Amino acid sequence: MVIWIVVGVVVVLLLWAVLTYNRLVALRNRVENGWSQIDVQLRRRYDLIPNLIETVKGYAAHEREVFETITQARTQAMGATGVQDQAHAENEITAGLGRLIAVAERYPDLKANQNFLALQEELIGTESKIAYSRQFYNDQVARLNTLIQKFPANVLARLGHFEPKAFFDIDEPVRGPVQVDL
Amino acid sequence: MYEQIAANKRKTIFLLFVSFVLLAAVGYAIGLIYGTGWVGLGIAVAVALLLQIGAYFSGDKLVLRSARARAVTSEDEPRLHNIVEGLAIAAGVPKPAVYVVPEQAPNAFATGRDPEHSSVAVTQGLLDSMDRVELEGVLGHEMAHVLDRDILYGTIVATVIGAIVLISEFFLRSWWWGGFGGRRSDRGRGNGGGAELIVFAIGFALLILAPIFGQLIRLAVSRNREYLADAQGAMLTRYPPGLISALKKIAGAPHAMRSANNATAHLWFDQPSRIQGSRTGRMERLFSTHPPIEQRIRRLEEM
Repeated sequence: MVIWIVVGVVVVLLLWAVLTYNRLVALRNRVENGWSQIDVQLRRRYDLIPNLIETVKGYAAHEREVFETITQARTQAMGATGVQDQAHAENEITAGLGRLIAVAERYPDLKANQNFLALQEELIGTESKIAYSRQFYNDQVARLNTLIQKFPANVLARLGHFEPKAFFDIDEPVRGPVQVDL
Repeated sequence: MYEQIAANKRKTIFLLFVSFVLLAAVGYAIGLIYGTGWVGLGIAVAVALLLQIGAYFSGDKLVLRSARARAVTSEDEPRLHNIVEGLAIAAGVPKPAVYVVPEQAPNAFATGRDPEHSSVAVTQGLLDSMDRVELEGVLGHEMAHVLDRDILYGTIVATVIGAIVLISEFFLRSWWWGGFGGRRSDRGRGNGGGAELIVFAIGFALLILAPIFGQLIRLAVSRNREYLADAQGAMLTRYPPGLISALKKIAGAPHAMRSANNATAHLWFDQPSRIQGSRTGRMERLFSTHPPIEQRIRRLEEM
């Protein structure tokens, strides 16, 4: 009788351990998948920047300062290591691109340029995808970190070397219709 | 959300079972009327099985075709594709196929059987009249339907119920006008017996009841689902004002759609109307598949 109770408890414990471990692994994979999604979108934005600068240059060559800050921020971001570092560099790019678009607003010919309009749509689309992939990544990180820290799963997490992940905190591009000064 | 997925799967299985019984009954009724006996039932069972397998695997294609939707590439519609891709990333699911319906009324729907096999379609009117955040709001709502598997249930309802209504209407009309089945009148005159009359009465009743039954099942596509998808969609975009503004625009826009029909009405973002000019017809309100738009706006504003 006692033996069966012991066996029962062991079986339940094993079952719990297997299920929890698998959940931890699944969450860790989702976090990694989320990060690679962010990476894809960030890279797309790096690729867009030279084209965008070239197009704006054709109409506003003298706005050199804006071009230089963005190019510099881009180089920095591409070489960034670690989540915090990356976030900082990306914020610089977002701010720089915001200024670039503001500059473009002053040139009616540029604003009517088909190529520029297409690039602008790509930029807006990519920035919203960065925001969405960040949202997904941070949600998964929050779930993983909660599970890792909560008892009794934390015992298993320590045994399996599961580390809490860092959130990716970047500035959101401004949502809603863009203000146009008349 | 997981309970909703499970509930939708349960509902789908139940629907498949009920529609199977219904089709078999209709087949039996037709057999009685035309005096062919069990042949009607046999054919109906075969038709039902084929129909259900077809509805599960290619109901989405049928729905898309009946709306005359055409697939668009990201070169044709970069903005639309960017938004759908972004929402798919936010939800952590593959990007659905993207379609455009050539209609002027602003509207949209999603179809498919799971997030791996899903499509979203928007009308040309929606693309033309909505700005980016509004479009994002509407598509967030559709993405919520994809995530909750509302699309599975909705698509099967559209195809199976659509087919049942079609089949029984076809036979009801042909029987009513005496188009075919001359044998019936011959024999009816011959005996004039009570037994024949009872058989007719049962068959007739079944034929009339079938579409009504179909309607009732379709109404079980609860209007509550629309509120839930609104809320979930707004959570996905993290920007309820976008959806609110889209709903307000739709409320003031014409609703008449050429491709609107009873079988697919519940799938759309907002209930399509067949009546030119007016908001919704009286019959359509009675059998409405969607909550009033004002109510949806109010609930979002309270969030």
